[in-house]
Amino acid sequence: MGTGTLKQILLLTDGCSNEGGDPSAIAALAREQQVTVNVIGVLEEGAMNESGQTEIENIALAGGGISQIVYKQQLAQTVQMVTKQAMTQTLQGVVNQELSQILGKEQEWDELPPEKRGEVMEVVDEIGEKVDLEVAILVDSSASMRMKLPTVQEALIDLSLSMASRGGSNRFTLLAFPGKKKDVDVLCEWTKGMDQLDGIFQKITPGGITPTGPALKATLNQFEKLKKRSLISRGEETFFEERSS
Amino acid sequence: MEKKHSLKNEAPDLSKGTKLLGKWNKNPYYIRRTLGRGATGAVYLADSREGQVALKVGHNSMSITSEVNVLKHFAKVQGQVLGPSLIDADDITIAGRRYPFYVMEFLKGETVFKHLDRHGKEWGPVLIVQLLGDLDRLHRAGWVFGDLKPDNLIVVSPPYRIRWLDVGGTTLQGRAIKEYTEFFDRGYWGLGDRKAEPSYDLFAAAMILMNMIYKRQFDKGRDGQQTLTTHIDRAPELWPYRKWLKKALTGQFSDAQKMKQSLMNIISKEAKPVKRNPSFHQQQQKPQTLKKRGRKRGKTQKSTFGMLDGVLVIAFLLLASALYWVGQLI
Repeated sequence: MGTGTLKQILLLTDGCSNEGGDPSAIAALAREQQVTVNVIGVLEEGAMNESGQTEIENIALAGGGISQIVYKQQLAQTVQMVTKQAMTQTLQGVVNQELSQILGKEQEWDELPPEKRGEVMEVVDEIGEKVDLEVAILVDSSASMRMKLPTVQEALIDLSLSMASRGGSNRFTLLAFPGKKKDVDVLCEWTKGMDQLDGIFQKITPGGITPTGPALKATLNQFEKLKKRSLISRGEETFFEERSS
Repeated sequence: MEKKHSLKNEAPDLSKGTKLLGKWNKNPYYIRRTLGRGATGAVYLADSREGQVALKVGHNSMSITSEVNVLKHFAKVQGQVLGPSLIDADDITIAGRRYPFYVMEFLKGETVFKHLDRHGKEWGPVLIVQLLGDLDRLHRAGWVFGDLKPDNLIVVSPPYRIRWLDVGGTTLQGRAIKEYTEFFDRGYWGLGDRKAEPSYDLFAAAMILMNMIYKRQFDKGRDGQQTLTTHIDRAPELWPYRKWLKKALTGQFSDAQKMKQSLMNIISKEAKPVKRNPSFHQQQQKPQTLKKRGRKRGKTQKSTFGMLDGVLVIAFLLLASALYWVGQLI
C-alpha cells in the first residue's frame, strides 16, 4: 500500500439548501470518485434547526465522510478535528479492503484481537502522517452565514497550521457559494498553505439562495482541474513532481 | 460543553453492578460507578480480580486502539511510571453491538485546582517542577504529550505527586500533534506550529502555571503574544516567574530539564529573602490565601499573612527542591 493522495471536500454551512436539488446526490457522486465529503454545520448559539441538521448528516453519510455540528466558538478546533478524523477513516477503509483481500472474507480490522489491532493502527497513523492531502473547502456564504465568516476564516488559517505540521504535502482550495454569477466562486486556487486569507471573504456579496448541490458539484470539478494542471506543469513546480495520477 | 452531535454511536451507559466479560481475554469486571465521560468514551470505576481499576469503554475502535497503543508505549518509558499503567484491552458485546474497552490503573487523587485550593497556591510551581521532570523522561523516549492541561492531570497522594490521567494525545516526536486544547496550544496563540516536539509541551506547561493564576481562561485577542505578556505582567503572583514564563512561551528552553532547573532556581531564591526577615513572626494570623510571592515585592501587604505558615511553606519548598536535587543526582 503506497502513500497516495487523499481527497476531501469540506463543506461549511448552516444546512438549508434551497436550490439545485439534493446535495446528498452530489456527495454520493463524489464518493464514487474517491473524494470524501465532510460537513461542518455552523450554528449560532441557541439555534438548532432540525431540517438543516438532517441535511448536514445526510450529505456526509452519502459522501463517506464525517459530519459535526458546532457553535461558532469551537469552529477552529472542529475544522481540524473533522479533517483529520476523515483522513483516518478513509485510510481505515483502505486498510479494511486490504485485510479482506488477505484474509479472504469480509473481515474488518476491528474483528482482529486487540493486540493485532494496535499494530494496524500504528501503520494507519504512520500513513496518515505521510500521505498527501487535497482539501477543497466550500463555504456557504449565504445571508444566514454572513456573520460567521470571520470565524470561518480564522478556522481555515488554523487548519492550515495543523496540516502543515504533518510530514505529507497539503493542497487547499477555497470556494464560496452562491457566487456572483455562477453557483460558486473560487476565492483561492489550489495552494500549499492558507496563511494569506486576510479579507478574502470581503469580496462576497451574500445572496438569498443556497444552491448547495450545484456548488458541491463545482467543487468536485476542482480536483479534475488540479489533475490537469499538474500534468501540464509537471517539472515546473517542484511540489507537483511526485504526483502519479 | 454543548451537546455533541455525530453519526457515531455513543459509548454505552453501564449501571452499577453490571458485569463485563472480555471477549478475548475473558477477564470479568464489575462496574461500580462512572468516573467521567470524554470525547472517545466513558470511564468507569470497576472491580477486577486484582482490585479497583479504571475501565474505559469507547464506541470507536480507532481511537480506543490509539489510546491503548500510547499506554503500551508509556510502559516502556524508563523510570517512574508516567501515565496510568495498562492492565487489559478487550471487547464486549452489549445488546448485539461490539464495544472496545481497556482497563488501566485507577489513580485516586484530586484535580490540580482542588489541590491548590486545599493545600495552598505555593503548590503550583512545585507541581510544575514535577510535571517537567516527567516530561523530560517522556521526551527522551521520543514522545510528546500533546494535550497537556489541568484536566488531564491528577494529584495523587501520599506523597503528593502529579500524574497523567489521560494520555490520549501523546504523539511521536516529529509528527503532527493529535489533540490539543486552544488555551494550551502554541498554534492558537500564534507562537509556533503543531509539530510534536518538546517545546510544544513546554509551552503548555507554562500555560498551566498561567491557568493556576488565571482560572478563567482568556482569549488571545488581536495579538496572542501581546495578550500573554500583558497577563504575565499584570499578576503579582507571576512576578518571580515572568522571565521564565516568557522564555517558555517563546520556545527558548531547549528541553524540559533546563526549564525545570530554571524554575527550581526561582523557587529557592524566592524563599530566601523572606526567611531573613524574622520580624514577620510577630504578625497575627488571618485566614488567607498564601501569597508568598506577592509579599516579597508588595511591601504593603505584610499584615495579611500568617508568618508561621509562610515559614513552614518555605521550609517545605526548600526541602522539596533539595529532594529533587538529590533525586536528580541519583
